[in-house]
Amino acid sequence: MITRRLFDFPDAGWRNPFEEMDRMRRYLDQLMGQTDTRVGVPRAGVFPLINLTENKTAYILRAELPGIQTEDLDIQATGRNITISGQRKIEPAPNATYHRRERESGKFSRAVTLPGDIDRDKIEASLKNGGLTVTVPKSEKAKPRQIEIKS
Amino acid sequence: MANEAQNRDMQVKGKQEVTGTAEQTRPGPVFTPPVDICEDENVIKLMADMPGVKPDDVNIDVREDTLTLIGEIQPYEDAEETDVMIEYEIGQYFRQFTLPELIDREKIDAQLKDGVLTLELPKAEAAKPQKIEIKSG
Repeated sequence: MITRRLFDFPDAGWRNPFEEMDRMRRYLDQLMGQTDTRVGVPRAGVFPLINLTENKTAYILRAELPGIQTEDLDIQATGRNITISGQRKIEPAPNATYHRRERESGKFSRAVTLPGDIDRDKIEASLKNGGLTVTVPKSEKAKPRQIEIKS
Repeated sequence: MANEAQNRDMQVKGKQEVTGTAEQTRPGPVFTPPVDICEDENVIKLMADMPGVKPDDVNIDVREDTLTLIGEIQPYEDAEETDVMIEYEIGQYFRQFTLPELIDREKIDAQLKDGVLTLELPKAEAAKPQKIEIKSG
């Protein structure tokens, strides 16, 4: 894919080799999952998987945590980082034989860096039907501001 | 052994997408929920992880000897929101099992709590194990 791009790219010939190197580095970064804050980033490989969205006033962080109790979940905010850690307990049924065991249990911890400044005092989290939603308000500085045009 | 399993780190298991199932009623991805099935003398217990499914949106269907689990999911995002980083998709959950003859279908019990569906399939009287006494003499 990369080689094809090298040769097929209409406007980037060999006149500026460094520009081409930069482009390659960006592709590789993307492949390795080094660049965050971009849509469609490869999986981080750490439980839980997180979907991060934003609106004008807040970042919204969602994760699927089925069967996890509120008391077994710990959410911390440091600077721009949100850390979600906890434990999923699955009590094995006594005196029963298992036919299938596909559900995961164990400890987990995941940190996410948000792309902008946040207001740490107003973070809200809810756990409903096994879905965690953390609403992280943006700090006043980071909110978009309508700029009036004077005529 | 149980404690050992709970102390290790959880691994990411990507959602398993269903391929080639029966017709879908709505567009979008369909996933296979992970399940545990265990059995004791009286019941077969089935637990399925269906995060994000509301209790009203679960559909459990027993027809002939097929048990079908369907979990409908409602999109959660507002129109106002834009994606920053998307690691998982949401979609319907679908899974089918073949029931053994010995299940008492009238007494199947289901509950959904914290995104985990628990089904209790009681065994029919005839299917319960009976201890056979050996007479000495």
